[in-house]
Amino acid sequence: MSRYILKRLVMLIPVLIGVTFMVYFILSLSPGDTAAIIAGEGADAQTIEAVRKDLGLDKPVIVQYGKYMWNLLHGDMGVSYSTKRPVFTTIMSSFPNTAKLAFWSILVAIAIALPIGIISATRQYSAVDNVGMVAALLGVATPNFWLGLMLIIVFSLNLGILPSGGMSGWKSYIMPAITLGTGDAALICRMTRSSMLEVIRQDYIRTARAKGVPEKTVIRKHALKNALIPVVTVIGLQFGSLLGGATLTETVFAWPGVGRLVVDSIKSKDAPMVLGCIVMLTITFSVINLIVDLLYAYIDPRIKAQYKKK
Amino acid sequence: MATTNNSAAQAGTATKKRGQFKETWRRLKKNRMAMIGLTVVVFLVLISIFADVLFDYDTVVIKQNTQIRLQGPSAEHWLGTDEFGRDILARLVHGSRVSLSVGVVAVSISLVLGGSLGAAAGFYGGTIDNVIMRFMDILLAVPSLLLSITIVSALGPSIINLMLAIAISSLPGYARIVRASVLTVKDQEFVEAAKCIGANNFEIILSHIIPNCMAPIIVQVSLKVASAILSTSGLSFLGLGVKAPTPEWGAMLSGGRAYLRNAPHLTIFPGIAIIITILSLNLLGDGLRDALDPKLKK
Repeated sequence: MSRYILKRLVMLIPVLIGVTFMVYFILSLSPGDTAAIIAGEGADAQTIEAVRKDLGLDKPVIVQYGKYMWNLLHGDMGVSYSTKRPVFTTIMSSFPNTAKLAFWSILVAIAIALPIGIISATRQYSAVDNVGMVAALLGVATPNFWLGLMLIIVFSLNLGILPSGGMSGWKSYIMPAITLGTGDAALICRMTRSSMLEVIRQDYIRTARAKGVPEKTVIRKHALKNALIPVVTVIGLQFGSLLGGATLTETVFAWPGVGRLVVDSIKSKDAPMVLGCIVMLTITFSVINLIVDLLYAYIDPRIKAQYKKK
Repeated sequence: MATTNNSAAQAGTATKKRGQFKETWRRLKKNRMAMIGLTVVVFLVLISIFADVLFDYDTVVIKQNTQIRLQGPSAEHWLGTDEFGRDILARLVHGSRVSLSVGVVAVSISLVLGGSLGAAAGFYGGTIDNVIMRFMDILLAVPSLLLSITIVSALGPSIINLMLAIAISSLPGYARIVRASVLTVKDQEFVEAAKCIGANNFEIILSHIIPNCMAPIIVQVSLKVASAILSTSGLSFLGLGVKAPTPEWGAMLSGGRAYLRNAPHLTIFPGIAIIITILSLNLLGDGLRDALDPKLKK
C-alpha cells in the first residue's frame, strides 16, 4: 500500500512540471508589456528597462521558466507584481478561507443529498422520488453564480437578514455554502439514488430480507454500506473541485479565497500570483484525488485485498 | 467477385445502421423527459437561427434608449428593459446565438482534436499512447474553469478565444472516451479483416473504428454542449467573455448585478434562460444515453 502511495506521489512530479510549464507558457502569451505594468503608469522608458532587467523579463521565456522552477524547488514562489508581497504568504492567507467554505459546502451537500437519494431509491417512482429527481436536475442546470445572486436578492436586499458578501462571522458562510452545496448536492443525490437502486436488486439483499432482517436494517446495514462506495468517490472529487474552483461563487460573495485571488491577479496581470495559485490548487486537487483513491480502497474490502496481494 | 462481396457487405452495414438509428429513435421517443428536452432544444435552435427576424439587431438589441431604462416587464417589453433601455427578451433571443454557437463550436473543436488524439493513443498504443495521455493528465490536473480563465485572459477576451479556451480545457474528456472505445473495438475481427484487405491505419480508424464507438461519443457531446454553455456564461460573468454590446447571457447577468435591488429582473431572466437550456440539453443527453445503451438503463 505504501509503495502505491509513493508511486502516485512520484507521478505527481511530472504532472506538476507539465502544469507549471503550460501555465507559464500561456501567461507569457498575454498581450501588454509586463515591465511597463509593474513600473506603474507614467514611468519613463529607463525605469521600465530597469524593471525588465531586474526581473529577468528580457530573457527568453524558457530561461525565465527555468529560473522560476529553480526558485519554486527552493520554496520560493516569487513576489507579487502588484502588492510586492511574497506570493506564498498571500496564498497561504487566503487558502484557509477557501478550505473553510469548501468544508461547509460539502457538508450542506451531503446533508441534502444523502437522505433524498436514499429515500428516492427505496421508494422509487414515489412523490418524494419524482420531486427529488426534478430538483436534482434543476440543481445541475443552475449556474451557481446565478443562484448566489438570487439568494442575495432575497436574503440580503429584501429581508436584510444575511450579509451579501465578505467573510464576517458565521452568518456570512450561509449563502456561499448553500450556493456551492446545492450544485454538488444534485450530483451526489443522483449518484446515491442510482447506486442504491443497483445494490437493492442484489441477491444478498434478497437473502437478508428472506432471513427476516427488518427492512430498516436491510437498508441501513446491508444496502447503504455497499451503495455508499461510489458515492464517497463522488463526494471526494466534488470536495477537490470545491477547493480548486469556487472562483465564481467567491467572486459573487466577495469571499477572500484563492478563487477570487486568481481572478483578481489575472485582471491585474500579476503573473507570479496566478502561477502560484494554480500550482497550489493543482497540488491540492491532485492530492485530494489521491486520497479519494486510497479511501476507495480502504472502504471497499475487495479492492483492499488486491493491494495486499501485491 | 471481390466487388460483389464488398457491395453486399456495405449494403449489410447500411441496413444495420438504419436499423440502429431507427431503434434508437424508437427508444428515445418513449422517453417523455428526453422528448421534452429535444423539443426545447429544437425550439432554441430555431429561435437563434431566426433571431434577426424576431428582433432587429441594430435597432432593438444594441440601440440604447435611456428614457425607458430599467423598466419592469410590460406588454410592450415582455421581460422589461435593461440599464440602457434595451429590450431584455430581444437580447436573450440574440444571446442564444452566442451561447449555442460557443457551445457547439467549442464542443466540435474539442471533439475533433481530443477525439483524434484519443483515437491515435488507443490505436497505436505504446509510446504514442503514453505521450498523449500524460499530456491529457496535465490538462486534467488543472481545474477546468481555472484553465479556461487563464487561456482567455492570456489571449484576450473575444468569442473565438472563449471557444478555444473551453475547447482546450475539455480535450481530456474526449480523448479518454474515444481512446477507451477504440481499445474495446480495435482487436475485433472486422478491424483485422480491414487490415487484411490492405486498408491503411487512417482508413481503419475513420471508417471502421470510429463508427463503432459513436454511442458514448454522442452522449458525451450532448452533455458537454450543456457544460460548455455553462462555462461560457461563467467566463462572461467574470468579464472574460464577449465584448459589450454583444448580448450574452452571462454578461447580461453580470451587468444586472449593479441593479439587484431595484431591477432584479435584469439578473433573473438571463439565469432562467441558462437553466432552461442546460436542463433540456441534459434531459436529451440522459435520454440518448438510455436509448443508445439499453444495458445502462435501470
